[in-house]
Amino acid sequence: MHGPLLVELGLVILGLGLLGALSVRLSISPVPLYLLGGLAFGAGGLVPLGASDEFISTGAEIGIILLLFTLGLEYTAEELVGVLRRGAPVGLLDLVLGAGPGVAAALLLGWGPVAAVTLAGVTYATSSGITAKLLGDLGWLGNRETPAVLSLLVLEDLAMAAYLPVLTALLGHTGLGGGSRSLGVALVAVALVLVATLRYGHVVERFLHSASDEVLLLKVLGLTLLVAGVAQRLQVSAAVGAFLVGIALSGPLAHEARTLLTPLRDLFAAVFFVFFGLHTNPRDLPPVAWAALLLALAGVVTKMVTGAVAARRVSLTGRLRAGTALVPRGEFSIVIAGLAVTAGVRPQLGSLAAAYVLVLAVAGPLLARGAEPLGRWWTARRASRQPAGG
Amino acid sequence: MDVEQIGLPGIGLQHVFTTARGRRIGVVSHRTGRRDLVVYQLDDPDSAAVTVTLTPEEGDALAEILGTHRYVERLEELGRQVGGLVTEQIVIGPGSPYDGRTLGDTQARTRTGASIVAVVRDQRVIASPRPDFGFRAGDVVVAVGTADGTAAVVDLLTRG
Repeated sequence: MHGPLLVELGLVILGLGLLGALSVRLSISPVPLYLLGGLAFGAGGLVPLGASDEFISTGAEIGIILLLFTLGLEYTAEELVGVLRRGAPVGLLDLVLGAGPGVAAALLLGWGPVAAVTLAGVTYATSSGITAKLLGDLGWLGNRETPAVLSLLVLEDLAMAAYLPVLTALLGHTGLGGGSRSLGVALVAVALVLVATLRYGHVVERFLHSASDEVLLLKVLGLTLLVAGVAQRLQVSAAVGAFLVGIALSGPLAHEARTLLTPLRDLFAAVFFVFFGLHTNPRDLPPVAWAALLLALAGVVTKMVTGAVAARRVSLTGRLRAGTALVPRGEFSIVIAGLAVTAGVRPQLGSLAAAYVLVLAVAGPLLARGAEPLGRWWTARRASRQPAGG
Repeated sequence: MDVEQIGLPGIGLQHVFTTARGRRIGVVSHRTGRRDLVVYQLDDPDSAAVTVTLTPEEGDALAEILGTHRYVERLEELGRQVGGLVTEQIVIGPGSPYDGRTLGDTQARTRTGASIVAVVRDQRVIASPRPDFGFRAGDVVVAVGTADGTAAVVDLLTRG
């Protein structure tokens, strides 16, 4: 009876590998390709999968937990404090401009306040991990605007620490009463973890520390899943629990944990994106295509404005680059939409998010490649006009 | 020369400076040990013209190549400043009695009064080699001491 399961899993994972190879070839984020893969084989797709569905849905759950855990690991407490001090105003602008299109779309479509909060996150989240990698791939890390872009990414991730509990609290309860209680629990938990990390981080680190990679891997993974599970029990959402564990670890331990868990995260995150695709019916995409296109257009414009403001002391080419770097890459847009769909908010929301990510998957790389030529052309044109004008 | 240090949250650190001739260059130091060598455009010093990614080993090798000359220059400068102090560079030839033996075996300081302060091997400088350091044919030994002392080291390393 395990025959079909292994064959299906093998085919799915091998297929993901091939899609990943294609994304490296095209130097784009692999997330949209995984989504397409899921769409092709899911409900209403070409070849529906049967046997591995249960494994894939569990895998997807672990994937979302590991994605948020490694997101929490990314930064040290000092970096967070430093960035907050310098970048708060631009971060606020990013929040308002980034969330705006999502909120507007949900209200225009008449989907209600919970969908508005979800879509706000979908259009706000740039997906820091993929963006940072992209900056490296494009050779942009040394550019003058890059520190400003990276600071914004840090602030977005920090905003996630507050946003995710709010979102999951709203998703868990339709009534405002129950929602506000679990929201309270969540916010208190976030505050406690942040304080505990700054004060008692070394205690957790001493408990987890081990010279053996194997022991460290098992301890960290176990603790993350445990806290995630307990958080789910408290109705704070497993994802938020995992994120908080990530934040609680810092220093060399965080570095080791990241190195050890990255392969696992890559595997299960890929499974998660496929799962999202599997559960989105491709026939639902055309009806939301226009909305997705408009949403993507609004998203690109607002991120370009944010980038230009963040990099205001840099040359024109640099300001364009900052904007294109900030265009959402889909990873966290899908995570957020996934949380909402699992909680049973409008199914169209999942289709809209998928279509939105697919549109940006095409637009993002084109914009990024176009930024430098456009900037140079514009600068040259301005330079040739100046002497004529006096 | 002003080296500007900029933090890159989530990635590491960046060091940038402008050369005397007006080119801006920089190094991005990743937490993983990776190094990006960045040369900026002439007409837009905010934009990278070339970015070369180096592994930790390649970064070390480049740093040592860039540092080698300065190291020897500084030693020579030292020799000029302190009267009577001489630096000598001695190649360990294939027939040297110390090819395959250690620095401790030479007992150079006791026998000549001069010190072996560095060894250049494969364009890498090994500063202050320890007594258990093993010589190989092709090593360049840098010795510091009086004229007589360094001459004795040359003698010792070539003839035994």
